[in-house]
Amino acid sequence: MSSRTLYRKLVESHTAATLDAQNVLLFCDLHLMNEYTSPQAFAGLYEAQRGVAMPGQNVAVVSHIIPTQPTRIRVIADTASALQATNLKKNCDHFGIPLFDTNDALQGIEHVVAPEHGMIRPGMVVICGDSHTTTYGALGALGFGIGTTEVEHVLATQTLVYRVAKDMRIRIDGALPVGTTAKDLVLAVIGRIGAQGARGYVVEYCGSAIDALSIEARFTLCNMTVEAGSRGALIAPDRKAVDYVMARAPDIATLHREAALNAWRDLHSDDGAEFDTEHRFDAGDVAPQVTWGTSPDQVVAIDGRIPQPAELPDGPVRSSADRALHYTQLKAGSLIEGTPVQHVFIGSCTNGRIEDLRAAASIVRGRHVAPGVRAMVVPGSGAVKAAAEAEGLDQVFTQAGFEWRKPGCSMCLAMNDDVLADGVRCASTTNRNFEGRQGRGAITHLMGPAMAAAAAVTGRLTDVRRLEILQ
Amino acid sequence: MTRHVRIDGRAAALRIENLDTDQIMPKQFLRGIDKSGLDAGLLHDLRFDASGAVRPDFVLNRAEHKDTSILIGGSNFGCGSSREHAVWGLQQFGIRAVVASSYAEIFYSNAMNNRLLLVTLPPQLVAKLMDDADDPSGNAIEIDISAQTLRSRSVQATFELMPRHRQMFLEGLDSIGLSLTHQAQIAAFARDHWARQPWLRDVAAATKRRL
Repeated sequence: MSSRTLYRKLVESHTAATLDAQNVLLFCDLHLMNEYTSPQAFAGLYEAQRGVAMPGQNVAVVSHIIPTQPTRIRVIADTASALQATNLKKNCDHFGIPLFDTNDALQGIEHVVAPEHGMIRPGMVVICGDSHTTTYGALGALGFGIGTTEVEHVLATQTLVYRVAKDMRIRIDGALPVGTTAKDLVLAVIGRIGAQGARGYVVEYCGSAIDALSIEARFTLCNMTVEAGSRGALIAPDRKAVDYVMARAPDIATLHREAALNAWRDLHSDDGAEFDTEHRFDAGDVAPQVTWGTSPDQVVAIDGRIPQPAELPDGPVRSSADRALHYTQLKAGSLIEGTPVQHVFIGSCTNGRIEDLRAAASIVRGRHVAPGVRAMVVPGSGAVKAAAEAEGLDQVFTQAGFEWRKPGCSMCLAMNDDVLADGVRCASTTNRNFEGRQGRGAITHLMGPAMAAAAAVTGRLTDVRRLEILQ
Repeated sequence: MTRHVRIDGRAAALRIENLDTDQIMPKQFLRGIDKSGLDAGLLHDLRFDASGAVRPDFVLNRAEHKDTSILIGGSNFGCGSSREHAVWGLQQFGIRAVVASSYAEIFYSNAMNNRLLLVTLPPQLVAKLMDDADDPSGNAIEIDISAQTLRSRSVQATFELMPRHRQMFLEGLDSIGLSLTHQAQIAAFARDHWARQPWLRDVAAATKRRL
């Protein structure tokens, strides 16, 4: 057999039927759902009197609309949102689909909940009505987002009509410098290749810098690769990935260990496999990153300057920069460091895991949130929250003046009541700095968790490398 | 299903690169359990100011663009969130086709699945179409889906459409119904797949039961 990429292997091993020259019927091992992109899909099933083909391969989580105030029992005050939650439960009950409901102790963001309980396994195809499903490539699973019509299709057939993508490889060697993380790495990559740089491709990451990343760091990397337009992001599973899954999937560890290891051994691109496009980066060049604009590729190193649109190539890049600077109210050519912020948000499917909270806490410990800044931590899930509390991280944050809240998507897309006011500038560990994303007129600066913590304690966009770790 | 063979209408230019679906359909309009009322949310912050008043200078609010049914957009149109509400909102507002040099992948599938026509043309032609669209006396566009041609005052072009998508527009297509004709094949695939990898069977239900 000819040399194949990991992506092709995953597509071929999930092709239930070939439909035409461009499309296959792709079998989906796991379908995740949330309360806001699934209701119309269920309605479509009822209308056509269709059932759910394989309920046990589907799972739902109330994640986007859920309030995060630190109350014991969570009540969704907004009536429309409350209806989305009860409607999801009704649909899941009706079709026998497992659900992490509003007051489930393990509720959280779908992309945090699924892997932490061993639901994501190497070699899977995982889909969800949410663009950040690319996260699962960190474990060698092909994950990608779909729309609601496709959600209905998957429910009815457990397959998807799938256009096969092109292959891109991004090799990153070298070592990430002290003070930088996977978030800085992925922002730097997006900054280099652009918000459309991987459009039409599934990206496979490789190289020594990728090997060195923890699994949670790889989640961050693969999660945000969709912001370069990619249709998936993959990392061939290594020992770390296998250990991560085995520790969370007792059924494999006890019953299928050898068979699984054997099956996963082939999950890599063959020598000589051809990629349509290749990029190479040196992780050693990466500095802490912060976005200045309204697209994730509008990013600079924290010690860098906001670009002068006049110096950018004439055309879309320049006009976008002009538009973005008008929105973010920043001065072209000035240093980004020192820009005052009024809000700090730590959380999301990109940076809401325990390692992210530890990184933020390491900067917060022994310091206090700067006057005039509101800072909040929203753990990615109930399990992350419990783990953080067991380590005392909640105390570190609350003693420093942070709000320690309940899990959910929260201010990443501000679909619940965590919405910023007009003109508020936010240091955020989320994934999108789009106009109005966190609230109409609100300005989002994307960065890693330690950088966001540094902004919280100084009240300004700050190079975290300047701050000592206090005890 | 209705057949969509031609789309003839008036165009408006949206000169924004990477126009994301958060802007096309902001979060506060995503709280429904049906598809209704999304025309109110379409491009909300561009159409209305913070007090809710109409922004008269925004292209779709100008009298000469009142009957716009074709948008000429920037590249990577529809990037970001997978929310299909963006497509439903465009259609409810009366948009039947978008022309741009490129589209985000999930948005493209969502649009095709709803038969919102997305025409991909080279950037130079899109720029010309934008100029045509700006002139109220010359902003009529004719799109023939079966011939895959587009015509405006200064542009005459052919465009690509995957055979499957073309068929969806011309004949209507119950995609789920068609896929269900492969039901036996899917079942056989799953049996085989799970025989080799039994840890994938029922993975969601089994995990939830264990927790």
